[in-house]
Amino acid sequence: MQNYVFLVIAAVTTFAAIRLVTVKNLVHGALYLVVTLLGVAIVFLLLTAEFVAWVQVLIYVGAVIVLLLFGLMLTRAPIGKTALDRQQRWLAVPVALALFGVTVPVLWRFFEGQSISFGTEGGNTEALGTEIFTRFILPFEVVSVLLLAALVGAVFLAKRD
Amino acid sequence: MPVTWVLTLATALFCVGIYGVLARRNAVIVLMSIEVMLNAVNLNFVAFNNIVEGSRLAGQVFALFVITIAAAELGVGLAIVLLVYRNRFTVSLDEVNLMKW
Repeated sequence: MQNYVFLVIAAVTTFAAIRLVTVKNLVHGALYLVVTLLGVAIVFLLLTAEFVAWVQVLIYVGAVIVLLLFGLMLTRAPIGKTALDRQQRWLAVPVALALFGVTVPVLWRFFEGQSISFGTEGGNTEALGTEIFTRFILPFEVVSVLLLAALVGAVFLAKRD
Repeated sequence: MPVTWVLTLATALFCVGIYGVLARRNAVIVLMSIEVMLNAVNLNFVAFNNIVEGSRLAGQVFALFVITIAAAELGVGLAIVLLVYRNRFTVSLDEVNLMKW
């Protein structure tokens, strides 16, 4: 059952991501990004990482998309294919395809036969919180300082002086 | 579910993100492509968390850290994009070449 759900979600996610980088209307691109992020969140749920999935929905679909749409609106994005692609587009396709073609066979060779075990004991949110606040307490604090620095930096940069 | 499926999906998303970064001209779309690439990395973290014995959820914690840092990066990046638009009235990456040789 999970296999079929994963295949469908993976197909939808990849399609939405490809549309995101090829679409002509930039606002539609932001909506395709919503589909991509939700697909990744569902895959997180399939991998029994429900807290990461809901953080993904809250932060990415809730906050990041709104921020990106603000960015699109405020910069009055042009609409039209010719204005959207750079001249090196013909170079970007081989680079992306070559990376995919090199990486996937290596992954299949080294992780063939390993399968993901689905936990049966229910959620792991409590264990995740315990891990964050005991073993990873120092990185957690460093990340909060980094967020504060990013906040101050963003306010300073966007301030009209 | 074989772990290679998840890794293949993550690789596909990462390559699409690479294409977006290289081929798109609008700076906001480039930021979106970077978000897609970071999501691919998160998929790998969570998948490996499930197959590595005794990982004690380290992969999921790192995925949370990556999400946090992606949000910080996006905030600063959009501030820079807005600043560039205010000064030069364009966010086209072909025309913002002040620091390029």
